[in-house]
Amino acid sequence: MKPSTGEIWGLLDKVPDPEIPVISVVDLGIVRGVRWDGDVLKVAVTPTYSGCPATSVITMQIDAALRDHGIENPVIETQIAPAWTTDWLSEKGRARLEEYGIAPPSPAGGPERCPHCGHKDVERVSQFGSTPCKAQWRCRDCLEPFDYFKCI
Amino acid sequence: MEPLVTFLLRMGDNTLVLGHRLSEWCGTAPALEEDIALANTALDLIGQTQMWLGLAAEVEGAGRSADDIAMLRDAWDFRNVLLVEQPNGDFGRTIMRQFLFDHWHKLMLDRLTTSSDARIAAIATKAVKEVTYHAERSTELVIGLGDGTEESHRRMQDALDRLWPFAGEMFTADPVDHAMVEAGVAPDPETLEAPWLETAQTALTRATLTIPETAFAHQGGKTGQRHSEHLGHMLTTMQWLQRAYPGATW
Repeated sequence: MKPSTGEIWGLLDKVPDPEIPVISVVDLGIVRGVRWDGDVLKVAVTPTYSGCPATSVITMQIDAALRDHGIENPVIETQIAPAWTTDWLSEKGRARLEEYGIAPPSPAGGPERCPHCGHKDVERVSQFGSTPCKAQWRCRDCLEPFDYFKCI
Repeated sequence: MEPLVTFLLRMGDNTLVLGHRLSEWCGTAPALEEDIALANTALDLIGQTQMWLGLAAEVEGAGRSADDIAMLRDAWDFRNVLLVEQPNGDFGRTIMRQFLFDHWHKLMLDRLTTSSDARIAAIATKAVKEVTYHAERSTELVIGLGDGTEESHRRMQDALDRLWPFAGEMFTADPVDHAMVEAGVAPDPETLEAPWLETAQTALTRATLTIPETAFAHQGGKTGQRHSEHLGHMLTTMQWLQRAYPGATW
């Protein structure tokens, strides 16, 4: 019997983001659709940034996770519209990012607070960071640097 | 060649050539943060290239892939503007080139988000988010360095004097552009010049830099008629692997 799309969503929620393993690909908001087309499972995935090298790894991991659960020949489709936005990060994902030491995106254009000590006096070090989706910031209270998940 | 294919090659070749130029800084930028920032900008541009050249290949329908188009064409087949193939020079010149291009790029993509071709609109909607960020960054740096020390000011003014004559080509229109306007696919590049100039002037004034008085504009990149010698040199590096080992894969 083939699993329901709800079960597939649950399964994909266990596939970690390769760069930020505390959140899943579902938390990240890049899985845009799951549907059965006859006996073929089709999963639509959207890239975060158009050149993000993690995208191909994510596609492989999703494929592997589905095959591990007995789904044969899943089709992973890349979908670029509508364009990914950080609004699609789940609440669970945002909380986990902060616990992990990455400030979640904020429409104000910068982190609300230091993910380490919670202090609000923070400054930007660089507009870019270790991955396309992050920027480097620093807390002026505890002096620790941290990653900020850019809001786009 | 079908005008739509040429238009897509122009978009993709601009991002490919500039993306490659920026990647030349990887490991040698003046500070770690700048190194990472330039590499990330390059990555965005190469990602956008995959979408533009991927669509060009699809529309062309000749069985070529985006990789074939990027790696197996010679200089005369490239359709990027001359500005983006200019060598990096010092950090200031790289940032000035980026600043001049980013604002054209952002205006163009903004208009392409309402293209009559849904595939182009989708790519533009994705890319404009990234390019807005690039433009913010290059503008801040131009202002900071122009209105900086005596030396940084001198270098930024030198960069502006050298690169300004390459900006005009971005706003020239030819029969390909006219066909795109006719089909509702893309704006007339000439209409982008006024808003571009306004943005550039505002930032350059804050940067205490003086726009050169020359109205001369180098041309020949987007038509492919006369690329500068620099493009060929760049391609020998960029395409070396595919030329030496045809069909090699990762």
